[in-house]
Amino acid sequence: MSEDQTTRRNFLALAGGAAVAGAVPIVSVRPVQATPATMAAAIRNVVGEAEVHAGKVKLDIPPLVENGNTVPMTVSIASPMTSEDHVRSIHVFNEKNPQPNIGNFYLGPRAGRAQVSTRIRLADSQKITAIAHLSDGSFWSASVDVVVTLAACTEEVI
Amino acid sequence: MAALINVPPRAKRGDIIEIKTLMSHIMETGYRRTTTGEIVPRDIITSFTCRYNGAEIFRADLFPAVAANPFISFFTIVAESGTFDFEWIGDNGFSATAKAAITVE
Repeated sequence: MSEDQTTRRNFLALAGGAAVAGAVPIVSVRPVQATPATMAAAIRNVVGEAEVHAGKVKLDIPPLVENGNTVPMTVSIASPMTSEDHVRSIHVFNEKNPQPNIGNFYLGPRAGRAQVSTRIRLADSQKITAIAHLSDGSFWSASVDVVVTLAACTEEVI
Repeated sequence: MAALINVPPRAKRGDIIEIKTLMSHIMETGYRRTTTGEIVPRDIITSFTCRYNGAEIFRADLFPAVAANPFISFFTIVAESGTFDFEWIGDNGFSATAKAAITVE
């Protein structure tokens, strides 16, 4: 059952990606671009050999963005935030900006609530991944696919 | 170098409060080109720190993917009256600080 679901999800993701790629005209040639591989490398830099589990993290970001220059983003983690069990840091990554990193946020038990908001830039329709590092050393993640109609980062200066 | 800080002026001991910060900065990515094809050099804020009565409670590393005029909001538990010190550090020697006081009852 779970295998079937995974397959179907993968298929839908692929189909969705293809539809998006077909609908968005290529507007400019970008000299540098992070790729899913560089994102994976950047994630490895943070988590090392540890396994990244899916769950616990909630990544709030609009699924359809008109202007990639400023996209509101909120990451929150279900954590009691006690000195024994808290979130140490939150790391956010992207697939297709010139660089795979978006931001690293370091908090601790004194935060009370594991939630951070900021505004980011997105150069293309892509997947955003947030990873939380908990006090017990485990890593948890959430990913969201975002469709961007006006890209940021590499446009010409007028 | 204008900073906008939003901290509640008073709170009850043990409350979780939200702190909102905004620093005016161009956050030039270093990936944009002028019409003549030259790359505009990177000029971003790379680090943000918040201290509460001297102890660090929140820190962030920023990258070019953070939008201009970086807005960051986060939470903290207030235990005593005191001061929040905010510090932004960036390229080309950029450095800015701001303060906010809170009364805890």
